This record gives sequence, C-alpha cells and structure tokens, in this order.
Amino acid sequence: MSELLVKDKDIVVPGEVLAVGMDHLPGKGTYREDEKILAGQLGLVSIDGRAIKLIPMSGRYIPKTGDTIVCKVTDILMTGWRLDTNSAYSAVLSMKDATSDYIQRGADLTQYFNLGEWLVCKIVNVTSQKLVDVTMKGPGLRNLKGGRVFSVNTNKVPRIIGKQGSMVSMLKNATGCRITVGQNGWVWIDGEADKEVIVVEAIRKIEEESHTSGLTDKMKEYLEKVTGQKVTE
Amino acid sequence: MYREIRNHIIKNLKAGIRFDGRKALEYRKPITVEYGFTKTAEGSAKVTIGETEVICGIKTEIGKPYPDSPNEGTMMVGAEFLPLSNPEFEAGPPGIDSIELARVVDRGIRESKCIDFKSLCLEPGEKAWTIIIDICPLNDAGNLLDASALAALAALKDFRFPKLDEDGKIVYKEKGTEKIKLLCEPVECTVIKVGEFFIVDPIIDEQKAVDARLTVAVLRTEILLLCRKAEIVL
Repeated sequence: MSELLVKDKDIVVPGEVLAVGMDHLPGKGTYREDEKILAGQLGLVSIDGRAIKLIPMSGRYIPKTGDTIVCKVTDILMTGWRLDTNSAYSAVLSMKDATSDYIQRGADLTQYFNLGEWLVCKIVNVTSQKLVDVTMKGPGLRNLKGGRVFSVNTNKVPRIIGKQGSMVSMLKNATGCRITVGQNGWVWIDGEADKEVIVVEAIRKIEEESHTSGLTDKMKEYLEKVTGQKVTE
Repeated sequence: MYREIRNHIIKNLKAGIRFDGRKALEYRKPITVEYGFTKTAEGSAKVTIGETEVICGIKTEIGKPYPDSPNEGTMMVGAEFLPLSNPEFEAGPPGIDSIELARVVDRGIRESKCIDFKSLCLEPGEKAWTIIIDICPLNDAGNLLDASALAALAALKDFRFPKLDEDGKIVYKEKGTEKIKLLCEPVECTVIKVGEFFIVDPIIDEQKAVDARLTVAVLRTEILLLCRKAEIVL
C-alpha cells in the first residue's frame, strides 16, 4: 500500500517527496524516482484521485494554444511580424492573421504594426518545436496604443483575472483604468496617473496573497480604502 | 520606438506622479549598503536602490607608478554589464555604456581627491599600490550610475590593505587591518530630463524616454565635483 506524504493544497518545494509507492501517479509538475513521487517545482499540491498534480507558483511562461497574450513587436519579417512573448519562445504573426486588408508584395509592414508596439493576440498553434503562431482576428484582440506594460508572475495571472474576470473588472470599476492581462504575465494599463499606481499596487498585492482564499473580498476592502469610494464587483 | 512610452511618462509627470507612485525628486526605497559582500576581494560592497542591485569589489596589487607621477599610486575602475542583470546587455567586451559608467565612477572618486594617492606609494618610481575597482550590476532596474558610485565608495570604506611577506609580495589569503584613508565621501546623483520635467533615480522606462542626463558628484559640504552631461537629444 502506498503512502501519501502531503495533503491537498500543501506548498511543496522541488525535490520534496510527495508519495511513496506505486498506487499514486505523477501528474504535471511531478516526477517518479523508483518508488517515490517528487515535486519538480515550487507549487501547491492538488490530489485528483490517484494522480498527484502541482499548481506551479513560480517559473516562466510556456506558450499554450488558446492563450490570449500581450506581446511586443521585435522584428519585421518578409511575411509578418516577430513578437516577444515574455517566454523563451518568440511568436510569429503572419500577414493573413493580422489584417483582412490586401497587402501588396513588398509593402512596408510597419504601417500596420511598428517595432516596439504592444499587441494583444491569441495563440492559434504551438508546434512540438515550440514555434508559436498567433492571430489578431478575434474579439478584443488589438493594437495597444499608449499606456504602459509591466510584468507579473505568470502563475498568478488566473488570480489577477479572477473567476469570469471578476477581479480585473473590479479593478477597472474601482480605478477607471483600461487593463489588459495577458496569460504570459504582461499587463497593459492606461488611465489617470494616480489610478494607474493604485492598479499596479493592487496587482502586486494579489500576487503576494494569491494562495489565500476570499481574495476578491479582501481586494474589494483594500480598493475601497485606497480610492475612498464604494467598489462594485 | 519609445515615443509612446515617453508620451505616457510625460502625461503622468504632468499629474505629478511617476510609474511607481514616486514624486519627481524622490529616490526609490530602500537604499541599502552591505559591506564585505565577497570574501576574496580586499574590499567589497553590495548596494541596492529599490530593485537595482550592484556589487563592487576592490582588488589591489603592487605595480610601477606612472612616470609622470612617480610618487603616487594608481587606481582603475572597470565595469562589466552582465546579461543576467538586463536582457539588453550582451556578453563580451565592455560596451559604450559600461565604459561610461566606469569612467563616471572613476571621475567621482579621482576628482573629489578622496584618496590620497601619495599615501599609496611604497617606493617612489618603483613600487606603489594599484587599486582596481570592479563594478558588476546584479539587477538593472534603472539608475545604475548612482548605485555604482555608492557601491564603489562603500567598497573603498570596506577596503583593507593586504599584508606583505618578507620579499614584499602580497599575501592575498590573509585579510589585513590597515584601512585606506578617505579624505571625503563623494556621492553621485543623476538627474534626467524628460520633456520639461527633471527626475532623479529613473527606472528603465524613464531611462529609455530620456532627453538629457546630468550626473554630479557632491560632498556633504555640497561642493560640485563633476558633471557628466550625456544623451542630449535636441
């Protein structure tokens, strides 16, 4: 009979033994070494029947199909744009995924997106070699004019967005800023100077307390305190 | 390329507030100084200003004085920007930015005359201490200049001359006790101009939007020692 050494939602560090014996299965973020299952990264344990998974708490972003990400144009290619995705792998936005305009061969692509510009796009395909293709066709996918971008821990992004976007819409309502959170950990904000600072500080607070429960209520209280106004979710 | 972020910075500065919530003439907090950061150097220090981290180490050796100043020791300042500290830094020979940083730090120490170079001489024309100051940013979150100058000063305060054996060779393994005599303490302060605004302690975004930059070294008595104007965009 195998023995489980950790409880659900325990925080574990790389190399920590999670279970001994062959009855449990190593899931995402864990690996087996002989009889033992060990943690491969820092994270929260999630036990799902016989499988032991880790919800990561650190690490870089790895592109995944279907993610909406904030990227930066780093190069103009013959047939599109190369984008920095805040991960080890750059993405390519091809002309046909960028616009439905007719583009003449050899046209200057910077009139659509120039170097250094920020885009919200969606990953359509990630190959086994981690070549990433993105598209700009879809609701909410656009060129981010003005504003500024800062980075957050990618593993905390789900908490920043909240259930059905509850957290981020609360931030928008409380501060009046426009906010776009990319799955890759880049957050774009634009608004009044003092309100932007409130957003950045609130997001830093969410990152710090992401593992606690009842975070939305806590953040509501916090935002009401710093803005001095009633906040609706 | 940086026009949009520059416009945004200026818009926020008009409201009197910067990206991290600071006022224009406010440094990041905390500013910390840690002495004796490395064991192998004769003097070392780590300085943090906000998220910017810089370490500085000082090594020494006995060399020949320059012919034009036979009774003075020498000093060298070097800086190496590691790719680890900022993704825009490249490994390899020192670039223009790291040479500039090293020279500005060098001038601050040299022109303030905080080191009495005559006291570094052991044998006129033959033997003198050479002080080698090496600066290495661990994390570049902006304003490396001020952090490096502070780190160099702190490392000088931590510096101990190594002992010499009977043949006059340096025994690096033992840490000496004799300090270097500092006559004053120069601190450098960088002010940048963005649009019509002047700000201190810039972060990376603000450094990219710079119109002009001015570094001054000052003493406690507020004597201006050095000016370095750079990156003037007309």
